[in-house]
Amino acid sequence: MSPPPTASALREQQAYVAAQAADARVNVELDTGDMTLNIGPQHPATHGTLRIACQLDGEQVISAEPLMGYMHRGYEKLCEVRTYPQCTTLINRIDWLGSFANEVPFILAAEQLMGVEAPPRAQWIRTILFELSRIANVSLFLGDMGVQVGALTPVFFAFRDRERVLNQIEEVTGGRFHPNFDRIGGLKDDIPRGWIAETHAVMAKMRGFCDEMEDLLMGNEIFQTRCRSVGVIPGDVALSYGLSGANLRASGVDWDLRRDANPGLAWDQVDWRVWTHPDGDSFARYWVRLQETREATKIVDQLLDGIPSGPIMAKVPRIIKVPAGEAYVSTENPLGEMGYYVVSKGGLGPFRVKIRTPSFSNISVVPWVMRGTYVPDIITILGSLYFILGDIDR
Amino acid sequence: MADGTGDEQADDAAAPGDEAREALAAELSELLGDAVVESHVEAGQNLWLRIDIEQWHGAMSALRDAGFAYFGFLSAIDWTDAPERRYEDTEFDAAGVGEEDDEASSATAEETVRRGGGETRFQLLAQLHSPARHAAVLIKADVPEADGAPASVPSIIDIFSGADWHEREAHEMFGLVFDGHPNLEHIYLPTEFEGHPLRKDFPLLARAVKPWPGVVDIEEIPPELEAQLEAEVMAEFEASGAGA
Repeated sequence: MSPPPTASALREQQAYVAAQAADARVNVELDTGDMTLNIGPQHPATHGTLRIACQLDGEQVISAEPLMGYMHRGYEKLCEVRTYPQCTTLINRIDWLGSFANEVPFILAAEQLMGVEAPPRAQWIRTILFELSRIANVSLFLGDMGVQVGALTPVFFAFRDRERVLNQIEEVTGGRFHPNFDRIGGLKDDIPRGWIAETHAVMAKMRGFCDEMEDLLMGNEIFQTRCRSVGVIPGDVALSYGLSGANLRASGVDWDLRRDANPGLAWDQVDWRVWTHPDGDSFARYWVRLQETREATKIVDQLLDGIPSGPIMAKVPRIIKVPAGEAYVSTENPLGEMGYYVVSKGGLGPFRVKIRTPSFSNISVVPWVMRGTYVPDIITILGSLYFILGDIDR
Repeated sequence: MADGTGDEQADDAAAPGDEAREALAAELSELLGDAVVESHVEAGQNLWLRIDIEQWHGAMSALRDAGFAYFGFLSAIDWTDAPERRYEDTEFDAAGVGEEDDEASSATAEETVRRGGGETRFQLLAQLHSPARHAAVLIKADVPEADGAPASVPSIIDIFSGADWHEREAHEMFGLVFDGHPNLEHIYLPTEFEGHPLRKDFPLLARAVKPWPGVVDIEEIPPELEAQLEAEVMAEFEASGAGA
């Protein structure tokens, strides 16, 4: 894990070379300059419909501009004409691979305004489901990154093992993708009988999956060549662009909202650590996510053993009216910091909801990081930044 | 269960109740001087600073240099009431929907809603983190209106590169203009799209022509049944031992 200290410098050098190449028209006799390459909107690396307009000089990228809006659904406006419980249905569909985790910060923001706190049992089950969403979401990335570099096997393993996690989520919530399970003041239901033992078994399987990915991909020479020192984002750039989640931690910034701004869930009750990597390249992002998936299985295992008894709902009125005020709650979602700024004027529905999604900020670094890279690296960098289109476009 | 460092960090996270945030508010007010119009601390939740719009750029720059170098988000709020906001209308409130019809919440004065105060229709809203101090601050600024349009605001791209897309979004959704932004174009909407969707006077047509079925569901429950349901829920709740 020793850092190549020149990672950041190397990237600067690459960008410099690219700029020189573009300026001096080194390849003028071949007339390679100013070719426009459209990537997407339909491309497996875009997890939805993202279009990237690249200006190329030969194989080198002069500029890359993501163009989105193909899936803009206007959730911020739609939330304004719904009641609080109805909003979670929409919110489920923002990051559709980790839906339960989306609901939590919104519910917490509403609870803050109401002055309601969910009972401990609900908080623990919330945290478990949150981490299960993370495992389900990130395990797909761990396999999918193989596809971006031409390895097809890992993604099938990922789909196979993610299904086990989704089954566990489904057993509790009734939904594989859109659980809509979190309620203001607690949860819709308790966990079913026998679920704890099953989930322990699944967590052991998922650790096996992580080992498998480590053997299959991370140790692979081709994978390393394609990912090491590619798409380097230094820490200060990551902060300035508002990167969050594993993308930020892979740039060496030790920041995790689960530890640094825990809004009341059970993360502070268990023993776990935040992984960072100093390199900031595509490989570091993969490495951090792999470690985090392992860490998440440990968190789930510990939480499962310690679920407190008691009710799963606090006393809340059947019809939710949220007192006037403003609240912002963000949590460390699978993709990064997801936050909801909720403004209430005392009605049944929010007055304004600002949804701060991780992928939007994570992808805004693309024009910076792509400059000077080569065409095949566009896909690996995009893949390693890991975004969900619903999470960009909202 | 947590190890030593974990405990320390947990304390850090739990502690910023009143004193930590109050102290931070005082410190930042001193740092920014007269740029801070008002600050507001909600115990255990968040810290709001309202900045004078004239000093928006300078204040953001000073905050970055003070360690708040991690850009969270930038957006805006439109404080006018919109006609199609069904859940706020008086007709609906008069129908007696809601737990206890507390006048305090339904007729709340504007100033108690707004954290950090302010009167203008549009307010800028941003958030910055300080990774070193495990702290975050929400920053607001009143955007004055001139000739029916919001006055232009200095862009902060040169301070936080990430503000680029957030400013473009605020531009297309609220019609705010950011001076010094190199590419203030639509980010989600088609180029030829007219209007600013997140302004409250932008009609949501689907809602204007067809009543939302969710409201009908809520209204159809007769009051005596609701009381009965409420009693059942309470009985269950007390039986589960939560009241103790």
